[in-house]
Amino acid sequence: MLLAIDTSSGTSVSVVDREAGVLAEVTELDTRRHAEVIGELIAACLDEAGIEPSRLSAVVAGMGPGPFTGLRVGIAAARAFAFGAGKPCLPLVSHDAIAFERLGGPALATGGAPVARSPLLVVTDARRREVYWSAYSHLDEQGLPVRVAGPSLVRPADLDEAIAGSCGPVFSAEAARTDPASTVVSAAALGLLGETLYTAGRPFAADEPLYLRSPDVTIPGAPKRVS
Amino acid sequence: MTAEPLVLGIETSCDETGIGIVRGRTLLANVIASSMDEHARYGGVVPEIAARAHLEALQPTLEAALAEADVTLDDLDAIAVTSGPGLAGALMVGVGAAKALALGAGKPLYAVNHLVGHVGADVLRADGSALELPTIALLVSGGHTSLLHVRDLLDDVELLGETIDDAAGEAFDKVARLLGLPYPGGPQIDRVAASGDPRAIRFPRGLTLPKDLEKHRYDFSFSGLKTAVARWVEKTEAAGSPVPVSDVAASFREAVVDVLLTKALAACRDRGVSRLLLGGGVVANARVREVAAARCADAGVELRIPPLSLCTDNGAMIAALGAELALRGREPSPLSFGADSTLPVTTAQAF
Ligand SMILES: [Zn+2]
Repeated sequence: MLLAIDTSSGTSVSVVDREAGVLAEVTELDTRRHAEVIGELIAACLDEAGIEPSRLSAVVAGMGPGPFTGLRVGIAAARAFAFGAGKPCLPLVSHDAIAFERLGGPALATGGAPVARSPLLVVTDARRREVYWSAYSHLDEQGLPVRVAGPSLVRPADLDEAIAGSCGPVFSAEAARTDPASTVVSAAALGLLGETLYTAGRPFAADEPLYLRSPDVTIPGAPKRVS
Repeated sequence: MTAEPLVLGIETSCDETGIGIVRGRTLLANVIASSMDEHARYGGVVPEIAARAHLEALQPTLEAALAEADVTLDDLDAIAVTSGPGLAGALMVGVGAAKALALGAGKPLYAVNHLVGHVGADVLRADGSALELPTIALLVSGGHTSLLHVRDLLDDVELLGETIDDAAGEAFDKVARLLGLPYPGGPQIDRVAASGDPRAIRFPRGLTLPKDLEKHRYDFSFSGLKTAVARWVEKTEAAGSPVPVSDVAASFREAVVDVLLTKALAACRDRGVSRLLLGGGVVANARVREVAAARCADAGVELRIPPLSLCTDNGAMIAALGAELALRGREPSPLSFGADSTLPVTTAQAF
Protein backbone atom coordinates (compact mmCIF):
# COMPACT_ATOMS: atom_id res chain seq x y z
CA MET A 1 0.00 0.00 0.00
CA LEU A 2 1.35 3.40 -1.01
CA LEU A 3 0.71 7.04 -0.15
CA ALA A 4 1.23 9.13 -3.30
CA ILE A 5 1.79 12.90 -3.30
CA ASP A 6 2.12 15.19 -6.31
CA THR A 7 2.20 19.00 -6.38
CA SER A 8 3.57 19.55 -9.87
CA SER A 9 0.25 21.16 -10.89
CA GLY A 10 -2.38 21.34 -8.14
CA THR A 11 -2.12 19.28 -4.97
CA SER A 12 -3.04 15.62 -5.37
CA VAL A 13 -2.82 12.93 -2.70
CA SER A 14 -3.86 9.30 -2.89
CA VAL A 15 -3.66 5.96 -1.13
CA VAL A 16 -3.44 2.97 -3.49
CA ASP A 17 -3.09 -0.74 -3.07
CA ARG A 18 -1.81 -3.32 -5.54
CA GLU A 19 -4.84 -5.58 -5.05
CA ALA A 20 -7.58 -3.18 -3.98
CA GLY A 21 -6.67 -0.38 -6.39
CA VAL A 22 -7.39 3.26 -5.46
CA LEU A 23 -8.50 3.49 -1.82
CA ALA A 24 -8.65 7.27 -1.71
CA GLU A 25 -7.75 10.25 -3.83
CA VAL A 26 -8.22 13.97 -3.18
CA THR A 27 -7.07 16.75 -5.47
CA GLU A 28 -7.07 20.51 -4.99
CA LEU A 29 -6.69 22.21 -8.37
CA ASP A 30 -5.71 25.63 -6.99
CA THR A 31 -2.06 26.09 -7.97
CA ARG A 32 -1.29 28.62 -5.23
CA ARG A 33 -2.34 26.85 -2.03
CA HIS A 34 -0.05 23.82 -1.84
CA ALA A 35 1.37 24.58 1.62
CA GLU A 36 -2.08 25.37 3.03
CA VAL A 37 -3.86 22.22 1.81
CA ILE A 38 -1.17 19.53 1.85
CA GLY A 39 -1.70 18.47 5.47
CA GLU A 40 -5.48 18.28 5.30
CA LEU A 41 -5.37 16.34 2.02
CA ILE A 42 -2.96 13.74 3.43
CA ALA A 43 -5.09 13.40 6.59
CA ALA A 44 -8.29 13.13 4.53
CA CYS A 45 -6.81 10.40 2.31
CA LEU A 46 -5.56 8.28 5.21
CA ASP A 47 -8.92 8.72 6.86
CA GLU A 48 -10.91 7.76 3.77
CA ALA A 49 -8.67 4.74 3.18
CA GLY A 50 -9.05 3.91 6.86
CA ILE A 51 -5.37 3.20 7.43
CA GLU A 52 -2.58 4.22 9.80
CA PRO A 53 0.79 5.36 8.40
CA SER A 54 2.33 2.14 9.72
CA ARG A 55 0.29 0.10 7.19
CA LEU A 56 1.97 1.78 4.21
CA SER A 57 4.88 0.12 2.41
CA ALA A 58 6.25 3.42 1.11
CA VAL A 59 5.49 6.96 0.00
CA VAL A 60 5.81 7.93 -3.68
CA ALA A 61 6.70 11.50 -4.61
CA GLY A 62 6.02 13.20 -7.94
CA MET A 63 9.32 14.95 -8.73
CA GLY A 64 7.90 17.13 -11.52
CA PRO A 65 8.46 18.76 -13.86
CA GLY A 66 6.45 21.56 -12.32
CA PRO A 67 6.65 25.22 -11.27
CA PHE A 68 9.14 25.16 -8.41
CA THR A 69 7.41 26.83 -5.47
CA GLY A 70 4.52 24.37 -5.51
CA LEU A 71 6.51 21.36 -6.66
CA ARG A 72 8.80 21.64 -3.65
CA VAL A 73 5.93 21.52 -1.14
CA GLY A 74 4.88 18.04 -2.31
CA ILE A 75 8.42 16.67 -2.40
CA ALA A 76 9.18 18.11 1.06
CA ALA A 77 5.92 16.62 2.36
CA ALA A 78 6.47 13.19 0.79
CA ARG A 79 10.00 12.94 2.15
CA ALA A 80 8.98 14.21 5.61
CA PHE A 81 5.93 11.92 5.87
CA ALA A 82 8.08 8.94 4.87
CA PHE A 83 10.74 9.94 7.41
CA GLY A 84 8.10 10.42 10.10
CA ALA A 85 6.48 7.06 9.41
CA GLY A 86 9.81 5.25 9.00
CA LYS A 87 9.07 4.26 5.39
CA PRO A 88 11.04 4.70 2.16
CA CYS A 89 10.25 7.66 -0.12
CA LEU A 90 10.24 6.65 -3.79
CA PRO A 91 10.63 9.35 -6.46
CA LEU A 92 8.76 9.24 -9.78
CA VAL A 93 8.61 11.53 -12.82
CA SER A 94 5.18 13.19 -12.66
CA HIS A 95 4.76 13.10 -16.47
CA ASP A 96 5.16 9.31 -16.34
CA ALA A 97 1.99 9.18 -14.22
CA ILE A 98 0.06 11.15 -16.84
CA ALA A 99 1.31 8.83 -19.61
CA PHE A 100 0.58 5.74 -17.51
CA GLU A 101 -2.99 6.93 -17.02
CA ARG A 102 -3.62 8.04 -20.64
CA LEU A 103 -2.15 4.86 -22.12
CA GLY A 104 -4.35 2.63 -19.97
CA GLY A 105 -1.86 1.55 -17.33
CA PRO A 106 -4.21 1.66 -14.32
CA ALA A 107 -6.71 -0.63 -16.10
CA LEU A 108 -3.92 -3.01 -17.05
CA ALA A 109 -2.57 -2.95 -13.49
CA THR A 110 -5.95 -4.06 -12.18
CA GLY A 111 -6.49 -6.82 -14.76
CA GLY A 112 -7.90 -4.93 -17.76
CA ALA A 113 -7.07 -5.43 -21.42
CA PRO A 114 -3.90 -3.96 -22.92
CA VAL A 115 -4.36 -0.85 -25.03
CA ALA A 116 -3.12 -0.19 -28.53
CA ARG A 117 0.46 0.89 -29.01
CA SER A 118 0.03 4.58 -29.37
CA PRO A 119 2.56 7.38 -29.11
CA LEU A 120 1.69 10.09 -26.60
CA LEU A 121 3.04 13.53 -25.98
CA VAL A 122 2.51 14.80 -22.45
CA VAL A 123 2.42 18.60 -22.42
CA THR A 124 1.83 20.53 -19.18
CA ASP A 125 1.76 24.18 -18.18
CA ALA A 126 5.10 25.60 -17.05
CA ARG A 127 3.79 29.19 -16.67
CA ARG A 128 5.72 32.15 -18.07
CA ARG A 129 4.52 31.22 -21.57
CA GLU A 130 6.37 27.91 -21.59
CA VAL A 131 5.36 24.23 -21.42
CA TYR A 132 6.96 21.06 -20.09
CA TRP A 133 6.85 18.08 -22.44
CA SER A 134 7.74 14.39 -22.48
CA ALA A 135 7.28 11.84 -25.32
CA TYR A 136 6.12 8.23 -24.80
CA SER A 137 6.07 5.52 -27.47
CA HIS A 138 3.85 2.92 -25.74
CA LEU A 139 3.24 0.87 -22.60
CA ASP A 140 5.71 -2.02 -22.40
CA GLU A 141 4.76 -5.64 -21.62
CA GLN A 142 4.79 -4.87 -17.88
CA GLY A 143 2.37 -2.01 -18.41
CA LEU A 144 4.95 0.71 -17.89
CA PRO A 145 5.13 3.83 -20.10
CA VAL A 146 8.25 4.00 -22.29
CA ARG A 147 9.55 7.57 -22.26
CA VAL A 148 11.56 8.30 -25.40
CA ALA A 149 12.25 12.00 -24.79
CA GLY A 150 11.93 14.60 -22.06
CA PRO A 151 10.97 15.92 -19.68
CA SER A 152 11.99 19.22 -21.22
CA LEU A 153 10.96 22.85 -21.21
CA VAL A 154 10.06 24.80 -24.35
CA ARG A 155 7.99 27.71 -25.68
CA PRO A 156 4.79 26.40 -27.33
CA ALA A 157 5.87 27.84 -30.69
CA ASP A 158 9.03 25.73 -30.60
CA LEU A 159 7.36 22.51 -29.41
CA ASP A 160 7.00 20.82 -32.85
CA GLU A 161 10.58 21.47 -33.73
CA ALA A 162 11.74 20.13 -30.37
CA ILE A 163 9.71 16.91 -30.75
CA ALA A 164 10.77 16.38 -34.35
CA GLY A 165 14.36 16.91 -33.29
CA SER A 166 14.18 14.36 -30.47
CA CYS A 167 11.67 11.79 -31.79
CA GLY A 168 11.49 12.31 -35.57
CA PRO A 169 8.78 13.92 -37.72
CA VAL A 170 6.60 10.78 -37.81
CA PHE A 171 6.22 10.76 -34.02
CA SER A 172 5.47 14.44 -34.02
CA ALA A 173 2.67 13.97 -36.56
CA GLU A 174 1.14 10.79 -35.05
CA ALA A 175 1.30 11.32 -31.32
CA ALA A 176 -1.76 12.35 -29.35
CA ARG A 177 -1.08 15.42 -27.23
CA THR A 178 -2.34 16.42 -23.82
CA ASP A 179 -3.72 19.94 -23.45
CA PRO A 180 -1.44 21.95 -21.15
CA ALA A 181 -4.38 24.10 -20.04
CA SER A 182 -6.18 21.13 -18.48
CA THR A 183 -3.61 18.38 -17.88
CA VAL A 184 -3.00 17.72 -14.20
CA VAL A 185 -1.28 14.89 -12.38
CA SER A 186 -3.45 12.40 -10.53
CA ALA A 187 -1.79 11.04 -7.40
CA ALA A 188 -3.80 7.83 -7.85
CA ALA A 189 -2.13 7.29 -11.24
CA LEU A 190 1.21 8.13 -9.66
CA GLY A 191 0.57 5.62 -6.89
CA LEU A 192 -0.54 2.85 -9.27
CA LEU A 193 2.51 3.53 -11.43
CA GLY A 194 4.55 3.10 -8.25
CA GLU A 195 2.87 -0.23 -7.50
CA THR A 196 3.47 -1.43 -11.07
CA LEU A 197 7.15 -0.43 -10.98
CA TYR A 198 7.51 -2.08 -7.61
CA THR A 199 5.92 -5.33 -8.80
CA ALA A 200 8.07 -5.32 -11.93
CA GLY A 201 11.15 -4.74 -9.81
CA ARG A 202 12.11 -1.75 -11.92
CA PRO A 203 14.02 1.30 -10.68
CA PHE A 204 12.36 4.47 -9.55
CA ALA A 205 13.41 7.95 -10.76
CA ALA A 206 16.37 9.98 -9.52
CA ASP A 207 15.72 11.66 -6.18
CA GLU A 208 15.98 15.16 -7.63
CA PRO A 209 13.27 17.77 -8.21
CA LEU A 210 12.73 18.36 -11.94
CA TYR A 211 12.78 22.15 -11.90
CA LEU A 212 14.12 22.38 -15.49
CA ARG A 213 14.79 26.08 -14.88
CA SER A 214 17.62 27.85 -13.15
CA PRO A 215 16.73 30.28 -10.36
CA ASP A 216 16.01 33.77 -11.72
CA VAL A 217 19.08 35.63 -10.72
CA THR A 218 21.84 37.63 -12.28
CA ILE A 219 25.28 38.25 -10.90
CA PRO A 220 25.34 41.92 -9.89
CA GLY A 221 27.68 44.27 -11.70
CA ALA A 222 29.54 47.13 -10.05
CA PRO A 223 27.38 49.10 -7.59
CA LYS A 224 25.34 51.82 -9.31
CA ARG A 225 26.55 55.38 -8.91
CA VAL A 226 24.33 57.54 -6.72
CA SER A 227 25.72 60.98 -7.53
CA MET B 1 1.36 17.40 28.10
CA THR B 2 4.26 16.61 30.45
CA ALA B 3 5.96 19.29 32.52
CA GLU B 4 8.98 19.01 30.25
CA PRO B 5 7.62 18.51 26.74
CA LEU B 6 10.10 17.24 24.16
CA VAL B 7 9.65 19.46 21.11
CA LEU B 8 11.35 19.54 17.71
CA GLY B 9 11.43 22.90 15.89
CA ILE B 10 11.75 23.50 12.14
CA GLU B 11 12.94 26.87 10.82
CA THR B 12 13.18 27.73 7.10
CA SER B 13 12.25 31.42 6.88
CA CYS B 14 15.42 32.67 5.21
CA ASP B 15 18.71 31.00 4.24
CA GLU B 16 19.24 28.75 7.28
CA THR B 17 17.64 25.33 7.54
CA GLY B 18 17.43 24.97 11.30
CA ILE B 19 16.29 21.98 13.34
CA GLY B 20 16.32 22.27 17.11
CA ILE B 21 15.16 20.01 19.90
CA VAL B 22 14.32 21.14 23.44
CA ARG B 23 13.02 19.43 26.54
CA GLY B 24 10.94 22.08 28.28
CA ARG B 25 13.43 24.96 28.57
CA THR B 26 16.52 22.83 28.11
CA LEU B 27 18.34 22.84 24.79
CA LEU B 28 19.15 19.35 23.48
CA ALA B 29 20.13 20.03 19.86
CA ASN B 30 20.53 22.98 17.52
CA VAL B 31 21.65 21.99 14.02
CA ILE B 32 21.84 24.47 11.17
CA ALA B 33 22.54 24.00 7.45
CA SER B 34 23.15 27.34 5.78
CA SER B 35 22.99 28.15 2.07
CA MET B 36 24.89 31.39 2.72
CA ASP B 37 27.83 30.45 0.50
CA GLU B 38 25.52 29.90 -2.48
CA HIS B 39 24.25 33.47 -2.16
CA ALA B 40 27.69 35.07 -1.83
CA ARG B 41 28.22 35.73 -5.53
CA TYR B 42 24.86 37.51 -5.74
CA GLY B 43 25.57 39.83 -2.80
CA GLY B 44 22.38 38.89 -0.96
CA VAL B 45 19.95 36.06 -0.28
CA VAL B 46 18.33 34.76 -3.49
CA PRO B 47 14.92 33.39 -2.39
CA GLU B 48 14.75 30.59 -4.98
CA ILE B 49 18.26 29.38 -4.16
CA ALA B 50 17.40 29.42 -0.45
CA ALA B 51 14.18 27.45 -1.02
CA ARG B 52 15.94 24.79 -3.14
CA ALA B 53 18.61 24.43 -0.46
CA HIS B 54 15.98 23.96 2.28
CA LEU B 55 14.41 21.05 0.41
CA GLU B 56 17.75 19.26 0.14
CA ALA B 57 18.97 20.09 3.66
CA LEU B 58 15.84 19.26 5.64
CA GLN B 59 16.17 15.54 6.13
CA PRO B 60 19.93 15.43 6.80
CA THR B 61 19.50 18.27 9.31
CA LEU B 62 16.59 16.45 10.99
CA GLU B 63 18.66 13.30 11.28
CA ALA B 64 21.63 15.21 12.69
CA ALA B 65 19.46 16.98 15.29
CA LEU B 66 17.82 13.75 16.47
CA ALA B 67 21.26 12.16 16.77
CA GLU B 68 22.66 15.16 18.66
CA ALA B 69 19.73 15.14 21.10
CA ASP B 70 19.90 11.34 21.29
CA VAL B 71 16.13 11.00 20.91
CA THR B 72 13.85 9.40 18.30
CA LEU B 73 10.81 10.86 16.55
CA ASP B 74 8.72 8.51 18.70
CA ASP B 75 9.94 10.25 21.87
CA LEU B 76 8.68 13.69 20.74
CA ASP B 77 5.67 15.31 22.41
CA ALA B 78 5.18 17.88 19.63
CA ILE B 79 6.65 19.50 16.53
CA ALA B 80 6.83 23.27 15.91
CA VAL B 81 7.46 25.10 12.65
CA THR B 82 7.98 28.70 11.55
CA SER B 83 4.85 29.82 9.73
CA GLY B 84 6.16 33.38 9.16
CA PRO B 85 7.30 36.05 8.71
CA GLY B 86 9.99 35.33 6.11
CA LEU B 87 10.53 34.45 2.46
CA ALA B 88 7.33 32.81 1.17
CA GLY B 89 8.91 30.07 -0.95
CA ALA B 90 11.36 29.19 1.82
CA LEU B 91 8.66 29.10 4.50
CA MET B 92 6.51 26.79 2.36
CA VAL B 93 9.18 24.07 2.36
CA GLY B 94 9.24 24.00 6.16
CA VAL B 95 5.46 24.23 6.49
CA GLY B 96 4.82 21.42 3.97
CA ALA B 97 7.46 19.20 5.55
CA ALA B 98 6.34 19.89 9.13
CA LYS B 99 2.70 19.03 8.42
CA ALA B 100 3.66 15.77 6.74
CA LEU B 101 6.23 14.89 9.41
CA ALA B 102 3.62 15.48 12.12
CA LEU B 103 1.12 13.24 10.29
CA GLY B 104 3.67 10.53 9.49
CA ALA B 105 4.94 10.41 13.06
CA GLY B 106 1.52 11.04 14.64
CA LYS B 107 2.53 14.17 16.59
CA PRO B 108 0.74 17.48 17.33
CA LEU B 109 2.02 20.50 15.40
CA TYR B 110 2.42 24.13 16.47
CA ALA B 111 2.79 26.84 13.80
CA VAL B 112 4.77 29.69 15.34
CA ASN B 113 6.02 33.21 14.69
CA HIS B 114 9.69 33.59 13.76
CA LEU B 115 10.17 36.96 15.49
CA VAL B 116 8.53 35.82 18.72
CA GLY B 117 10.83 32.79 18.40
CA HIS B 118 13.85 35.11 18.54
CA VAL B 119 12.57 36.42 21.88
CA GLY B 120 11.71 32.90 23.06
CA ALA B 121 15.30 31.79 22.44
CA ASP B 122 16.18 33.52 25.70
CA VAL B 123 14.40 30.82 27.74
CA LEU B 124 17.14 28.39 26.64
CA ARG B 125 20.01 30.17 28.44
CA ALA B 126 22.52 27.72 29.83
CA ASP B 127 22.58 29.46 33.22
CA GLY B 128 18.97 28.44 33.70
CA SER B 129 17.74 31.97 34.44
CA ALA B 130 14.20 32.56 33.28
CA LEU B 131 13.07 34.98 30.59
CA GLU B 132 12.21 38.09 32.58
CA LEU B 133 9.28 40.15 31.46
CA PRO B 134 8.36 42.76 30.53
CA THR B 135 11.27 43.47 28.20
CA ILE B 136 12.04 45.58 25.17
CA ALA B 137 13.47 43.37 22.41
CA LEU B 138 15.61 44.55 19.51
CA LEU B 139 15.77 41.96 16.72
CA VAL B 140 18.23 42.75 13.96
CA SER B 141 19.29 40.57 11.04
CA GLY B 142 19.60 40.51 7.27
CA GLY B 143 15.85 39.95 7.04
CA HIS B 144 14.37 42.07 9.80
CA THR B 145 14.93 45.05 12.11
CA SER B 146 12.19 45.12 14.74
CA LEU B 147 11.70 46.75 18.10
CA LEU B 148 9.22 44.96 20.37
CA HIS B 149 7.65 45.47 23.78
CA VAL B 150 7.12 42.01 25.21
CA ARG B 151 4.82 41.72 28.21
CA ASP B 152 3.93 38.08 27.67
CA LEU B 153 5.71 35.81 25.19
CA LEU B 154 2.53 34.18 23.90
CA ASP B 155 -0.19 36.73 24.40
CA ASP B 156 1.21 40.21 24.61
CA VAL B 157 3.93 41.19 22.14
CA GLU B 158 3.66 44.70 20.74
CA LEU B 159 5.50 45.85 17.63
CA LEU B 160 6.88 49.30 18.49
CA GLY B 161 8.70 49.83 15.22
CA GLU B 162 10.53 48.23 12.34
CA THR B 163 12.56 49.17 9.30
CA ILE B 164 10.67 51.11 6.67
CA ASP B 165 13.16 50.10 3.94
CA ASP B 166 16.29 47.91 4.27
CA ALA B 167 16.96 45.61 7.20
CA ALA B 168 20.13 46.57 9.10
CA GLY B 169 21.88 43.38 7.99
CA GLU B 170 21.05 44.20 4.38
CA ALA B 171 22.64 47.64 4.80
CA PHE B 172 25.83 45.95 6.03
CA ASP B 173 25.82 43.72 2.90
CA LYS B 174 25.28 46.65 0.54
CA VAL B 175 27.91 48.90 2.09
CA ALA B 176 30.40 46.01 2.15
CA ARG B 177 29.86 45.56 -1.58
CA LEU B 178 30.37 49.27 -2.12
CA LEU B 179 33.71 48.99 -0.34
CA GLY B 180 34.70 45.95 -2.39
CA LEU B 181 34.29 43.56 0.56
CA PRO B 182 32.71 40.09 0.16
CA TYR B 183 29.31 38.81 1.34
CA PRO B 184 28.06 38.57 4.04
CA GLY B 185 28.92 42.15 4.90
CA GLY B 186 28.52 42.15 8.69
CA PRO B 187 31.70 40.29 9.66
CA GLN B 188 33.68 42.02 6.86
CA ILE B 189 32.66 45.51 7.99
CA ASP B 190 33.43 44.48 11.57
CA ARG B 191 36.89 43.27 10.55
CA VAL B 192 38.03 46.37 8.64
CA ALA B 193 36.30 48.76 11.06
CA ALA B 194 38.48 47.47 13.89
CA SER B 195 41.34 49.70 12.72
CA GLY B 196 39.14 52.63 11.67
CA ASP B 197 37.93 55.78 13.42
CA PRO B 198 34.16 55.67 14.07
CA ARG B 199 34.10 59.48 14.29
CA ALA B 200 36.00 60.08 11.03
CA ILE B 201 32.85 60.72 8.99
CA ARG B 202 29.50 61.81 10.38
CA PHE B 203 27.00 59.72 8.43
CA PRO B 204 23.26 60.45 8.85
CA ARG B 205 21.18 58.69 11.51
CA GLY B 206 17.93 57.71 9.77
CA LEU B 207 14.58 58.79 11.29
CA THR B 208 16.14 60.59 14.27
CA LEU B 209 15.27 64.21 13.40
CA PRO B 210 12.43 65.72 15.47
CA LYS B 211 10.07 65.82 12.47
CA ASP B 212 10.71 62.12 11.70
CA LEU B 213 10.46 61.11 15.34
CA GLU B 214 6.86 62.29 15.48
CA LYS B 215 5.75 59.65 13.03
CA HIS B 216 8.56 57.12 13.28
CA ARG B 217 9.71 57.24 16.89
CA TYR B 218 10.69 53.54 16.91
CA ASP B 219 11.03 52.87 13.18
CA PHE B 220 14.31 52.46 11.35
CA SER B 221 15.58 53.45 7.91
CA PHE B 222 18.95 52.43 6.50
CA SER B 223 18.47 53.20 2.83
CA GLY B 224 19.49 56.87 3.17
CA LEU B 225 22.57 55.91 5.17
CA LYS B 226 23.65 53.45 2.47
CA THR B 227 23.23 56.17 -0.19
CA ALA B 228 25.17 58.67 1.93
CA VAL B 229 28.07 56.22 2.20
CA ALA B 230 27.99 55.63 -1.57
CA ARG B 231 27.98 59.37 -2.24
CA TRP B 232 30.86 59.98 0.14
CA VAL B 233 32.94 57.21 -1.48
CA GLU B 234 32.20 58.54 -4.99
CA LYS B 235 33.14 62.08 -3.99
CA THR B 236 36.40 60.90 -2.50
CA GLU B 237 37.23 58.86 -5.59
CA ALA B 238 36.31 61.79 -7.88
CA ALA B 239 38.74 63.97 -5.94
CA GLY B 240 41.44 61.41 -6.73
CA SER B 241 41.92 60.48 -3.08
CA PRO B 242 42.22 56.91 -1.80
CA VAL B 243 39.09 55.73 0.05
CA PRO B 244 39.88 55.19 3.75
CA VAL B 245 38.01 51.90 3.87
CA SER B 246 38.54 51.33 7.60
CA ASP B 247 37.27 54.78 8.54
CA VAL B 248 34.25 54.51 6.23
CA ALA B 249 33.38 51.06 7.64
CA ALA B 250 33.83 52.18 11.24
CA SER B 251 31.80 55.37 10.71
CA PHE B 252 29.01 53.51 8.90
CA ARG B 253 28.87 50.84 11.57
CA GLU B 254 28.76 53.54 14.25
CA ALA B 255 25.78 55.20 12.55
CA VAL B 256 23.85 51.91 12.42
CA VAL B 257 24.69 50.94 16.00
CA ASP B 258 23.92 54.44 17.28
CA VAL B 259 20.43 54.47 15.76
CA LEU B 260 19.63 50.93 16.88
CA LEU B 261 20.60 51.52 20.51
CA THR B 262 19.27 55.07 20.74
CA LYS B 263 15.83 53.92 19.66
CA ALA B 264 15.90 50.75 21.78
CA LEU B 265 16.85 52.70 24.90
CA ALA B 266 14.27 55.37 24.14
CA ALA B 267 11.70 52.58 24.12
CA CYS B 268 12.97 51.31 27.50
CA ARG B 269 12.68 54.82 28.91
CA ASP B 270 9.29 55.67 27.38
CA ARG B 271 7.77 52.38 28.44
CA GLY B 272 9.37 52.28 31.87
CA VAL B 273 10.99 48.91 31.08
CA SER B 274 14.48 48.36 32.43
CA ARG B 275 15.33 45.31 30.34
CA LEU B 276 16.64 45.03 26.79
CA LEU B 277 16.93 41.74 24.92
CA LEU B 278 18.95 41.52 21.71
CA GLY B 279 18.36 38.91 18.99
CA GLY B 280 19.12 38.27 15.33
CA GLY B 281 22.35 37.71 13.43
CA VAL B 282 23.59 41.30 13.74
CA VAL B 283 24.24 40.55 17.41
CA ALA B 284 27.37 38.81 16.10
CA ASN B 285 28.69 42.32 15.44
CA ALA B 286 31.20 43.11 18.20
CA ARG B 287 30.44 46.84 18.17
CA VAL B 288 26.69 46.25 18.62
CA ARG B 289 27.37 44.25 21.78
CA GLU B 290 29.94 46.76 23.05
CA VAL B 291 27.75 49.85 22.62
CA ALA B 292 24.70 48.00 23.93
CA ALA B 293 26.59 47.01 27.10
CA ALA B 294 27.92 50.55 27.70
CA ARG B 295 24.67 52.38 27.04
CA CYS B 296 22.53 49.92 28.99
CA ALA B 297 24.90 50.25 31.97
CA ASP B 298 24.58 54.06 31.77
CA ALA B 299 20.81 53.90 31.60
CA GLY B 300 20.46 51.28 34.34
CA VAL B 301 18.94 48.82 31.89
CA GLU B 302 19.60 45.09 32.24
CA LEU B 303 20.95 43.74 28.94
CA ARG B 304 20.30 40.16 27.84
CA ILE B 305 22.01 38.65 24.82
CA PRO B 306 21.41 34.92 24.19
CA PRO B 307 24.42 32.96 22.89
CA LEU B 308 25.12 33.72 19.23
CA SER B 309 24.01 30.25 18.06
CA LEU B 310 20.56 31.08 19.44
CA CYS B 311 20.55 34.65 18.03
CA THR B 312 20.99 33.78 14.38
CA ASP B 313 18.03 32.00 12.77
CA ASN B 314 17.71 28.51 14.27
CA GLY B 315 15.26 25.71 14.95
CA ALA B 316 15.90 25.63 18.71
CA MET B 317 14.12 28.96 19.24
CA ILE B 318 11.14 27.61 17.27
CA ALA B 319 11.15 24.45 19.40
CA ALA B 320 11.40 26.61 22.55
CA LEU B 321 8.35 28.64 21.54
CA GLY B 322 6.50 25.43 20.69
CA ALA B 323 7.39 24.07 24.13
CA GLU B 324 6.05 27.23 25.81
CA LEU B 325 2.77 26.76 23.93
CA ALA B 326 2.61 23.12 24.97
CA LEU B 327 3.54 23.96 28.59
CA ARG B 328 0.68 26.40 28.80
CA GLY B 329 -1.73 23.82 27.44
CA ARG B 330 -2.40 25.52 24.11
CA GLU B 331 -4.14 23.50 21.41
CA PRO B 332 -1.98 22.52 18.43
CA SER B 333 -2.48 24.49 15.20
CA PRO B 334 -4.98 23.03 12.72
CA LEU B 335 -3.44 21.53 9.55
CA SER B 336 -4.84 24.36 7.43
CA PHE B 337 -2.38 27.12 8.40
CA GLY B 338 -0.21 28.51 5.63
CA ALA B 339 3.15 30.13 5.13
CA ASP B 340 2.55 33.79 5.97
CA SER B 341 5.44 36.02 4.85
CA THR B 342 4.04 38.97 6.82
CA LEU B 343 2.74 37.22 9.95
CA PRO B 344 2.42 39.98 12.62
CA VAL B 345 4.28 39.69 15.96
CA THR B 346 0.97 39.87 17.79
CA THR B 347 0.39 36.33 16.50
CA ALA B 348 2.76 34.05 18.44
CA GLN B 349 0.93 30.95 17.20
CA ALA B 350 -0.58 30.75 13.72
CA PHE B 351 -3.89 29.03 13.03
ZN1 LIG C 1 15.42 35.92 12.16
